[in-house]
Amino acid sequence: MTEMNAAQQPLIDVRDLKQYFDINVGLFRTRPLKAVDGISFSIRKGETLGLVGESGCGKTTAGRSILHLYEPTGGEVWYNGRKLASKEDIKQFRKKATMVFQDPYSSLNPRMTVSDIIGEPLDIHKLYSNKKEREERILELMGHVGLNSEHASRYAHEFSGGQRQRIGIARALAVNPDFIVCDEPVSALDVSIQAQVINMFDELQEKLGLTYLFIAHDLLVVRHISDRIAVMYLGKMVELADAAEIYDHPLHPYSKSLLSAVPVPDPKEARANKRIVLSGDIPSPLNAPSGCPFRTRCAYACDRCAESMPPFQEVSKGHFVACHRTAEVN
Amino acid sequence: MSTLLEVKDLHTSFFTDAGEVKAVNGVSFFLDRGKVLGIVGESGSGKSVTAYSIMQILAGTGKIVSGSIKLDGQELVGAGESVMRTVRGNKVSIIFQDPMTSLNPTYTIGKQLMEAILLHTDRNRKEAYDRAVEMLRLVNVNDPEKRMKQYPFEHSGGMRQRVMIAMALACEPDILIADEPTTALDVTIQAQILELMKSLQEELGMAIIMITHDLGVVAQMCDEVIVMYAGSICEQGTADEIFYNPCHEYTKGLMRSIPTVHTAGKKLRPISGTPIDLLNMPAGCPFAPRCDNAMKICLTQRCESMVINADHRSGCWMNVKEGIANGTIAVDNGQEGGEQP
Repeated sequence: MTEMNAAQQPLIDVRDLKQYFDINVGLFRTRPLKAVDGISFSIRKGETLGLVGESGCGKTTAGRSILHLYEPTGGEVWYNGRKLASKEDIKQFRKKATMVFQDPYSSLNPRMTVSDIIGEPLDIHKLYSNKKEREERILELMGHVGLNSEHASRYAHEFSGGQRQRIGIARALAVNPDFIVCDEPVSALDVSIQAQVINMFDELQEKLGLTYLFIAHDLLVVRHISDRIAVMYLGKMVELADAAEIYDHPLHPYSKSLLSAVPVPDPKEARANKRIVLSGDIPSPLNAPSGCPFRTRCAYACDRCAESMPPFQEVSKGHFVACHRTAEVN
Repeated sequence: MSTLLEVKDLHTSFFTDAGEVKAVNGVSFFLDRGKVLGIVGESGSGKSVTAYSIMQILAGTGKIVSGSIKLDGQELVGAGESVMRTVRGNKVSIIFQDPMTSLNPTYTIGKQLMEAILLHTDRNRKEAYDRAVEMLRLVNVNDPEKRMKQYPFEHSGGMRQRVMIAMALACEPDILIADEPTTALDVTIQAQILELMKSLQEELGMAIIMITHDLGVVAQMCDEVIVMYAGSICEQGTADEIFYNPCHEYTKGLMRSIPTVHTAGKKLRPISGTPIDLLNMPAGCPFAPRCDNAMKICLTQRCESMVINADHRSGCWMNVKEGIANGTIAVDNGQEGGEQP
């Protein structure tokens, strides 16, 4: 019974998370920029949740707020059934939750050697008893990500993009985490290298039982790696479902157009594919539309969409969508 | 269909302190009027340098070493700056990857658009203004008169790329070179821009050279495809041939390594290793160090481009091996080699 509970209980539970930034609009006036505006989801142990959306939709901010790199404006993050409330909770949480950053060129300190970079989290959390242990742990981590021991004394600039990303991943693994937020970890890499790194994420998950929040704008990569996918638009979550389900039966008009816009690497399919091309740009989050944020670009928008934000509700098992007109659209 | 652009055995190098970097190493291709040619490859494969060589807008240390570039029968290599000025903008235009940095932030959109028109045509200011507004309307910019007075920072990425396209097309070029035109844009905006380019191409009948690393964009846009690796062409042919019948080991590797809907839950099959250092090029095939099927000959001798069929050429020794195995290549005295019939 207890075992079943452990399997059912989500590792990460995000409830109505809000992250506002104050933007100066006049000399003494500020206005809140609602980067993340009340999102809720949970991630089970060993699962990969893909988070997709256009630039400026708040997906990176969401990842950072969950790790409390920004102090969230509102909402709760629960880890392993415990709410993160105090500073001490957050400090303990950071030993179990880490992050891999997008840009392998700017996220590594150019003045530190590879072993210093990977060893830094060990130093901060005091995860070794003597120097030898630290050394061994660093070499073990480098082995996990396919780097040789001879790389340990080199600097980041001596490596290619793919290898730098491996260093970043080794650093994230140093504290022996359960949960890693991967913020566009492969989008700066070439296609052939991208596949190597994606496979490595897969293998590490199997080997170390990791749970990922995988943030990316490349929908084919997300589809490949994720168990479930969440779609964000202007700080709100508009749809969440199993990866296959959301690809085959997207319900929200935004998810539909986003998925149809993906260029498929297959000429015949590309010719046959009817794209739903959205008009216009994503509105500024400072002047977000009232009600449903997508209504200004939505072909199905009606008066009701301007009046209230549609609730994020479960329409079939595990498939959540926030749209007033789900029935009419589909 | 007439040949518009003919590039023959082009070699472009950058002369750096560390030595000569052969960025483009013997590239040959044709481009017909009204066709869309895709050049795909990873960073450092020489796809952008090929385009810059055609425009002759290489950075200071870059130089066309040898080869020929003929535009409408006119030789451009060694033609001199005055000739190139009549080519750039008028006959060949380019749009760059990053719409954020390729517009001058201190001038209005209108001024920058009109500058291009005034330089390349004999229109007066009033006519140039009308033309600029017309171009903005053509690329679906709403309220073009208002946009003319605005600065680049007042526009989103997609809007700026539209302005760049308007500028490139203002003088009705025969060829539009698009260097990763949608890489910096979001998918939904990318779809808008690709759709726009496709419809303008059909409307104005220009040829497009589409430089990209995204095979999805190629599948959607291109009639013909060139696959480049380390400065050379591995394989060229119609889009269908390249996607459904790849013959070079590198192209095959690329196709296998991209995630698609069908790979979910399975392992990808990446190409091992990292791209080669252009300063230390191997003697044989540049892809041989990363190739799973590399043979002895691959390490010592480069395979010339061979005809697979009328729409398809590829330079890979594996084709010869397969040809011998299934009898399409005759073997003389047990020696490997020989052309396919």
